[in-house]
Amino acid sequence: MTRLFFQALCALLCLLSSWTACSEEVQVAVASNFATPMQKIASQFEQLSGHKVSLSFGATGKFFAQIQNDAPFDILMAADQLTPARLTGQSVPGSQFTYAVGALVLWSAVPEMVDAQGAVLKSGRFAHLAMAAPELAPYGAAAAQTLEALGLAEALKSKLVQGQSIGQTYAFIATGNAELGFVALSQVWENGRIKSGSAWIVPEKLHAPLRQDAILLRHGRANRAALELLAYLKTDAAQTVMRNYGYHF
Amino acid sequence: MDAADFNAVWLTLKLATLTTFMLLMLGTPLAWWLARSKSKARHLIRTLVALPLILPPTVIGFYLLIFMGPHGAFGQLAVALGLGELTFTFTGLVLASMLYSMPFVVQPLHNAFEAIGARPLEVAATLRASPLDTFISVVLPLARPGYLTAIVMGFAHTVGEFGVVLMIGGNIPDRTRVVSVQIYDHVEALNYTHAHALAALMLVFSFVVLFSLYLFNSHAVARSSTQ
Repeated sequence: MTRLFFQALCALLCLLSSWTACSEEVQVAVASNFATPMQKIASQFEQLSGHKVSLSFGATGKFFAQIQNDAPFDILMAADQLTPARLTGQSVPGSQFTYAVGALVLWSAVPEMVDAQGAVLKSGRFAHLAMAAPELAPYGAAAAQTLEALGLAEALKSKLVQGQSIGQTYAFIATGNAELGFVALSQVWENGRIKSGSAWIVPEKLHAPLRQDAILLRHGRANRAALELLAYLKTDAAQTVMRNYGYHF
Repeated sequence: MDAADFNAVWLTLKLATLTTFMLLMLGTPLAWWLARSKSKARHLIRTLVALPLILPPTVIGFYLLIFMGPHGAFGQLAVALGLGELTFTFTGLVLASMLYSMPFVVQPLHNAFEAIGARPLEVAATLRASPLDTFISVVLPLARPGYLTAIVMGFAHTVGEFGVVLMIGGNIPDRTRVVSVQIYDHVEALNYTHAHALAALMLVFSFVVLFSLYLFNSHAVARSSTQ
């Protein structure tokens, strides 16, 4: 009985303070496109290390503004390379690295709407083409570059609808409000194939590579869990999860 | 402020004006019925009208995206009626704003009609005024503070709308990109100078509107109590 009481007390103390003998908690800001793989990676990491990982998902640009105003995040996992590089005052120098390279996909919830070469874009047989706002989301910028490279930017301008993030863009297409649109491959990809609908994986030569960088923030510089999680992102186990969602390295 | 900002302001004013006007047309008979009817159904209607007050815009926006979309009942009805598509269009924004701002128009009208009571209507009836005449010559003048509140609150609330527009608008310049969305874009894209200009405009506008409303209504109350 006394032992049980002692254990309960210990657990309570762990909760109340970040006691060095106990596990630590790490707060991670994660770009929306990486939400699903990161949930898997985080739970693997929690089981392995005993640390607690708390994830926040959102647009990289929003996290930038929040971190600049001292948001209590330990790690930023951005959707691009530029944003972490601009956080010089709030991050640990030399900690930035590319954790994954994403892929852009033209996706429709309707089977056979999108062909394997993306010729549907030239046909113009649709009322709305969805993409994330290029100035806000790296995947939106990649979509704009792709339309530019295909010479279709002007022709399709009147059909474009923009989501504030690729999560919202996905919602436009999944609900059928837009027949097709550009999203992250990770949103529609699982275990080596498209989950539903039809898709064209946009060749990388049509847009700048979607390199996604992580960085250790000043708030997490002494957090053991943060350092271990960053190291874990580079392991085979974590990269296997990422590959299953269509990321490469 | 650049051309895109001015376009967003203009679009917002257009949306708020049209929404307020449509809500007054719809809200007057609805509020009248709510104030006069003894039917049990009035509790149900009152509840439905008040729902947007407490529902998060994400809930309204999410359901509207589904129901107003091409697979949704609402969206299909609109196409059948010749209104065209609702999502990503100005028409859709007006309908969504009407739903979203409805309590801000209907509730002040309802309260104003209720406060009039049965007595002035009975007097008008004994003087052989027709129901329409009664409404125009007796009810409308008596309900004026209620109408003022309804117009100002309906208009201001539509101007301040954000979450619903974000969900069903698709951020299209000149069609669905209103001021609140434009500010959000500026903040996310780190254009703080532009964000400041528009945000300050919204703050001043909201303050002036509310302040004038309270000032005017308190004068109206003072006048009617001295009469």
